[in-house]
Amino acid sequence: MATAKTVSMQLRYLAHARSGDKGNTANVGLIALEPEWYPVLVKQVTVARVRKHFRGMASRVERFELPNLHALNFLLHDALDGGGTISLKTDAQGKVYSTALLRMEIPVPLAVARQARKRAK
Amino acid sequence: MTGKVVRIAGGQGFWGDWLEAPVRQVRDGPIDYLMMDYLAEVTMSIMQKQRSRNPHAGYARDFVPLMERILPDIVEKGIRVTSNAGGVNPRGCAEAVLESARKLGLGGKLKIGLVTGDDLLPDLDALIAAGHEMRDMDTGRPLADIRDRVLSANAYLGMQPMVEALARGAQVVITGRVTDTGLTLAPMFHEFGWAFDDWDKVAAGTVAGHIIECGAQSSGGNLLKDWRTVKGLANPGFPIVEASADGTFVITKHPGTGGVVSIPSVSEQLVYEMGDPHEYITPDGVADFTTIQLKQAGKNRVRVSGIRGGPKTDKLKVSIAYFYGYKAVGTLVYGWPDAYDKARAADAILRQRLKNLGLQFEQVLTEYVGVDATHGRLAGEPSPDLPEVQLRIGVRSTDKAAVERFTREIAPLVLTGPPSVTGFAGGRPQVEDIVAYWPALIDRTAVEPGVRVEILEA
Repeated sequence: MATAKTVSMQLRYLAHARSGDKGNTANVGLIALEPEWYPVLVKQVTVARVRKHFRGMASRVERFELPNLHALNFLLHDALDGGGTISLKTDAQGKVYSTALLRMEIPVPLAVARQARKRAK
Repeated sequence: MTGKVVRIAGGQGFWGDWLEAPVRQVRDGPIDYLMMDYLAEVTMSIMQKQRSRNPHAGYARDFVPLMERILPDIVEKGIRVTSNAGGVNPRGCAEAVLESARKLGLGGKLKIGLVTGDDLLPDLDALIAAGHEMRDMDTGRPLADIRDRVLSANAYLGMQPMVEALARGAQVVITGRVTDTGLTLAPMFHEFGWAFDDWDKVAAGTVAGHIIECGAQSSGGNLLKDWRTVKGLANPGFPIVEASADGTFVITKHPGTGGVVSIPSVSEQLVYEMGDPHEYITPDGVADFTTIQLKQAGKNRVRVSGIRGGPKTDKLKVSIAYFYGYKAVGTLVYGWPDAYDKARAADAILRQRLKNLGLQFEQVLTEYVGVDATHGRLAGEPSPDLPEVQLRIGVRSTDKAAVERFTREIAPLVLTGPPSVTGFAGGRPQVEDIVAYWPALIDRTAVEPGVRVEILEA
């Protein structure tokens, strides 16, 4: 995934997140750790990539942009085994889908990657 | 900044939240209003289950002793309370609080505003007959399909009846299914006299309500960003809205409390349970979350401004609870070495036994806590050296006998399955009724004429 000008990096070093539920849909709000990194999220955390990341775990993925909060909102449909009281899952309300998304690797410009590594220290 | 500021404090983020929070909000600094949200989507189902066993139950029982603790303070300081603790029995809840007030010698000093009319169950057949299909918003199925299993049906009411209750002098407003955000909107509209069709103000109040409706989740609790740096969570400061007449507001918390109010803490709460951010739909209007501007305005102070909104729709959301079936979850813990392999072997044995017994389930779900329970396959292959793994098996069925029999198949694995197993001291799993959630829409005009506001006095 990495090229000469980019390096592959896990989202946890670039964003924070919170997730919740609406019925059988989980939402993940993904927020850039630094406002300047938001364009990287917009460009790289695509619907296609998120769908692939959660394949077998959600039927459909939607994405919304919130540039004012440097955030993206993802809806993961049919991700909660029926949701609410029906679901047998430990995470029936999708509370930790947030960090499941942060496991994803995306290509990141070298300069951003350097800043992100520095921040993580 | 000059002009009137109204302080609205978040006291509870859900039914079961930290009991000290409302007490601290009332005693640790100045506030004008205390809002307490008790109703998550599944909460109405739980309360309904309780009311079906006991007609006096069906509201947040914790609310009454909590109010008993803070009533002397709020009466003395003139703090007003808005809460949807009434659940599926707001009248029972209001009467219990009045009883507490009398016990505390506050007779004649407390007015409670009771909001009813959200309960559609008595009229449900008439509504269906009149063409209100109340289709499930997720599946599109009409309510008639499950009519005989409906246990409760409540429309989400907005702020207006609560504003009326405040205008008529209620110090405590108790409701059933009103929106979480309405509990914050009502004090703002009452205090500033905003018009109900001033959509930007509706949107501003909606955002304020959304930020504080989950309690400390906006003030450092459950905050992922740099979580180790969040200090003092043994005594977290719950969020407070300082609202101004121009529709802007500051989120803060009382001095001397733990947690943090920052752009990240508020942002994480803003995206929580979000759908399409352009259209956060409430009974009072539609807020556009892409217009929200956040600015750090001092330590533990975030200024929120710029919020735009649009008109309310002609529909109200209805929260319907219906009987779905039965479930049970059993767990066992397998120890090192080969903990994961042992747990998987036990799962295979159990599944074979269920099959041999001819039991029918809608679903049998196995999770391995410590391996895949939260992130599924994304967690990757576990270390072969895991010290322990919890096997967690759940079943769901409309056949109660099958679920009942499943609960008796867990403990036998201890002596008849893989070795190094423990953690069964809790006994047999319980068979639980599943009361499920059916979200629907209904015409506003079918509900609003039945909404009532009563003032009850201690």
